[in-house]
Amino acid sequence: MHLLQKIGLFLFVVALAIFTLSLGLDSYQLSPETLDISKEYQRQEVMDIAQQKGLLDKKYSSNFSFIADFKKVLKEAQASLDQKAQSGLPEGVSEWDFRMGDGDVKSILLQTTKASSTGPVANNPFLFWLLTIGLGILGGLLYILPKFIPLPGIKNNHIYHNSMTRGLKVNVRSVFLGLGIVGIILYGVFYMNNNLLWPLITLALVGLITWLVLYYEKQKTNNPTRSASPDITGWLGVITGIYLIGFYVLLYWSPHYMTAWILISDPISKVLSGNPASQWFLYGMLYTIVMLVMGIRMIAKYRHNNYQIIRTISVIFFQTAFAFLIPEIMVRMNQPYYDFKNIWPLNYSFFFDWNLNNLMNSGGLGLFMLVWGIVLAFIGVPVITYFYGKRWYCSWVCGCGGLAETLGDPYRQLSDKSVRAWKFERWIIHGVLVFAVVMTVMTLYTYFTGSYQVLFFNSDTVRTWYGFIIGAGFAGVVGTGFYPLMGNRTWCRFGCPLAAYLGLVQRFKSRFRITTNGGQCISCGNCSTYCEMGIDVRHYAQRGQDIVRSSCVGCGVCAAVCPRGVLRLENSALDVNTRTSELRAIHIGEGEVTLLQ
Amino acid sequence: MHIAIIGNGISGVTAARFIRKLSDHQITLISSETDHFFSRTALMYVYMGHMRYEDIKPYEDWFWKKNRIDLKRAYVSKIDTANKKLELQGQGELPYDKLIIASGSTPNKFGWPGQDLKRVQGMYSYQDLEGMEAASEGLKRAVIVGGGLIGIEMAEMFHSRHIPVTFLVREDSYWDGVLPGEESAMINRHIVENGLDLRLKTELKEIIDDGTGTASGVITNKGEKIDCQFVGLTAGVRPNIGFIKESAPSIETQKGILVDDYLETSEKEVYAIGDCAQIRTPLEGRRPIEAVWYTGKMMGESVAYTICGKPTPYVPRLWFNSAKFIDIEYQVYGTVLANPPENHTSLYWEHEDGRKSIRLVYDKHTSEIVGFNLMGVRYRHEVCEKWLEEKASIETVIQNLGLANFDPEFYKEYEADVVALYNKQTGKNLSLKKKRSLTDALRFLREKVSA
Repeated sequence: MHLLQKIGLFLFVVALAIFTLSLGLDSYQLSPETLDISKEYQRQEVMDIAQQKGLLDKKYSSNFSFIADFKKVLKEAQASLDQKAQSGLPEGVSEWDFRMGDGDVKSILLQTTKASSTGPVANNPFLFWLLTIGLGILGGLLYILPKFIPLPGIKNNHIYHNSMTRGLKVNVRSVFLGLGIVGIILYGVFYMNNNLLWPLITLALVGLITWLVLYYEKQKTNNPTRSASPDITGWLGVITGIYLIGFYVLLYWSPHYMTAWILISDPISKVLSGNPASQWFLYGMLYTIVMLVMGIRMIAKYRHNNYQIIRTISVIFFQTAFAFLIPEIMVRMNQPYYDFKNIWPLNYSFFFDWNLNNLMNSGGLGLFMLVWGIVLAFIGVPVITYFYGKRWYCSWVCGCGGLAETLGDPYRQLSDKSVRAWKFERWIIHGVLVFAVVMTVMTLYTYFTGSYQVLFFNSDTVRTWYGFIIGAGFAGVVGTGFYPLMGNRTWCRFGCPLAAYLGLVQRFKSRFRITTNGGQCISCGNCSTYCEMGIDVRHYAQRGQDIVRSSCVGCGVCAAVCPRGVLRLENSALDVNTRTSELRAIHIGEGEVTLLQ
Repeated sequence: MHIAIIGNGISGVTAARFIRKLSDHQITLISSETDHFFSRTALMYVYMGHMRYEDIKPYEDWFWKKNRIDLKRAYVSKIDTANKKLELQGQGELPYDKLIIASGSTPNKFGWPGQDLKRVQGMYSYQDLEGMEAASEGLKRAVIVGGGLIGIEMAEMFHSRHIPVTFLVREDSYWDGVLPGEESAMINRHIVENGLDLRLKTELKEIIDDGTGTASGVITNKGEKIDCQFVGLTAGVRPNIGFIKESAPSIETQKGILVDDYLETSEKEVYAIGDCAQIRTPLEGRRPIEAVWYTGKMMGESVAYTICGKPTPYVPRLWFNSAKFIDIEYQVYGTVLANPPENHTSLYWEHEDGRKSIRLVYDKHTSEIVGFNLMGVRYRHEVCEKWLEEKASIETVIQNLGLANFDPEFYKEYEADVVALYNKQTGKNLSLKKKRSLTDALRFLREKVSA
């Protein structure tokens, strides 16, 4: 390892340690000034109860005890307001402004915990930004820049010798996966206020899909060879995975524990949008920075490959401009927060009433956003996918894809290539697409009729559950948290409804395919190993068949790692309906014998 | 009918797969090397940590049972052609109706003193990989003898672990018996720029025993002593037929097992395919033994048709091959010789970075194209094949050269430079009519097929 890399790694570890420890450095003190509630009746009630319980001006050295006590105050205020509301609301005050909903409680808890922080982080947020994120960037770059020194070419040496990237034993992976699924569903019971219906339905669907794959499709006895790591367990990767999972759990469901990080982001947020940071600003900022730094790594690694360089610059651009900067600037200009490249059904809240109302009440630009979003989803997606395949979105534009291609690149080899995994993939991803469509149709029904009851279900509950289980649990916790456990495209491959939709177009009507070069394939397996979507590329390459798979995101890495120049991503309208029917391998006595498919 | 196949490499496996596609015969695939088929050419990637052994198996382990191909891990010690049975070392006998021998190659040894010491080996089998792995711990220097494809692979393998390598090449330049001068020189430069100690015109004289039966150094023909704890012998391979010569003398052999056009040996219903087979009457321009991946595949397919009642001669079409020399990819289509005959001439273009080149070989009297040699540039197999089969003229080829380009999107195309070079050399004024395009290539191929 280059000396600069050692220094970089050291600095990065220090930055990560400070970042993690910063969560526990501040103390917390509730005062009338830090109680962040805009609705007057709620504010008064919470204040009274806080005073009663002696919370006001009491100094807590840990956010755990502060949050525990303050939560009790909020719960009590909530109950008390509910009771008071029953005996009549004050003159001219709506129920909305009086009672505290669960959403109010969450937001008050987060904002007040943030405002009540005092100590080194709260007092020096920018210094801590430099010590954590800034130092992390410096360390990362020092580690990455020496990668430009060796001769250009595919350098995958020691990926399977490295504890960080070699993946898990299949049984250890199963334990993580099982715990992940059950854990999220159990938490869902709590999240849905002990409403068991949807958690149970989800559990039943998990069981059904498992049964379908293992027994109906007879995969039980097919002990998969090409699963992630059969014999080795990379503990560094496991630790990284746990850290990432922890981060996402906090981010989605308990952001009040990460107020120190949100405080650190405040100065930058104020520069951009004029507002203090939310947990989503923190996330967006980290996301963009990580993509930038790891994007440089990607470019260093593939600097001999123009396709990879241009594609990487493209995803960085779309993340930085479209997902991060433009929405913040929109807010500064009093326009709706809108990510122009986020497409329904990945952007599942696009057709939610609050979004539709917001866009329709925001003048010309809002209406443009509304039309843009609809046109992109229903005309843009099929048309552009016809011309270029789903890669135009998944590996050139999409933010999830962008993170997977930059931060996730070191883990691309961990995708499971077995037939069994492919069968799971098809049931699950198309299941999510159906769920997204049904949920959206129900939401729109409610929007147009005002009735929440759609058949036997409450559309609001369905939508909340979708946001929880798919939007947060699958896309975030599993999607990114499982990078070092199941590969960098776990969400894109198994869960993303937009990927499923793009994939259907790609599979049935697109000019895109990966062609194979005659008889040059030596079945080495580099293409399959480095396919992040778990496609067994070699299966097609060695029989000389062009590859048209709905899951292919067109990252181009199979073609890049091929040592014999066998694979090429291409488009042509000439054979759009017969792309895969021809076997190109050089066979014996062509013409005399019929080629077997 | 029971068909026994000795060897689970690409040839034997292809035969088994096609027999299964064509028939319901019982198939037994015998190997003493591994339980399952793996891609031999990919062993290096396992050592370098690009892949795991699991990843170089082209089929999942359940594939064999599903396709009713019985796998037998055994060493065939004797072939009894009279009674149609195999003797398996320590595992009894196995009767067969038809036998396919696909026993592959074994590294050449030329009687060097010390060639059988410990830590002296080739790089061919799974066991060789294990040997290299075991020897790598604490290894201070490895010496590799023989400037061929396996030699440079072995050098790259050790290099990936930062183990110093001395690479002894007998010839004046790397692989110059196959590569034309400029390409060979390019690889010499590339080996050196990767920090490997390349010794051209240097032969192995002796391997030194450290007193415990283990290699501790080599002495070259120049009298130099090089300390090392590992010696890689990569001076080519030869058919692995020792066990046949001893146990089944009725099967005629020379360098390899002699086979007719239908891959049948001198014994009826015994066939030999792949690296171990020697074709009695090879096609013009082809060698009797060709130890490359795709010929093994084609032989396996041919023999399967023959065995399943559709006699099909083995007709390798156009010669082609590919390899990768550390970071430089190499492809060849048609006839490109290191020492070309008088009538061959070539148009050679090299990129200024010295790591890419395009060579078009043609007949200087008839202008017919005879071969393509590519370094660091990818060309489309089928397009080159069509031009070569129809003996297109060099001028037709270069004006349409973009049709052959197979480099990834956004890669710079160099075909216009090739045309410019041709114009410069001949004083003509041709221009490039076709750029890289799948649609154009498909259109071209369809015209050729329908014509």
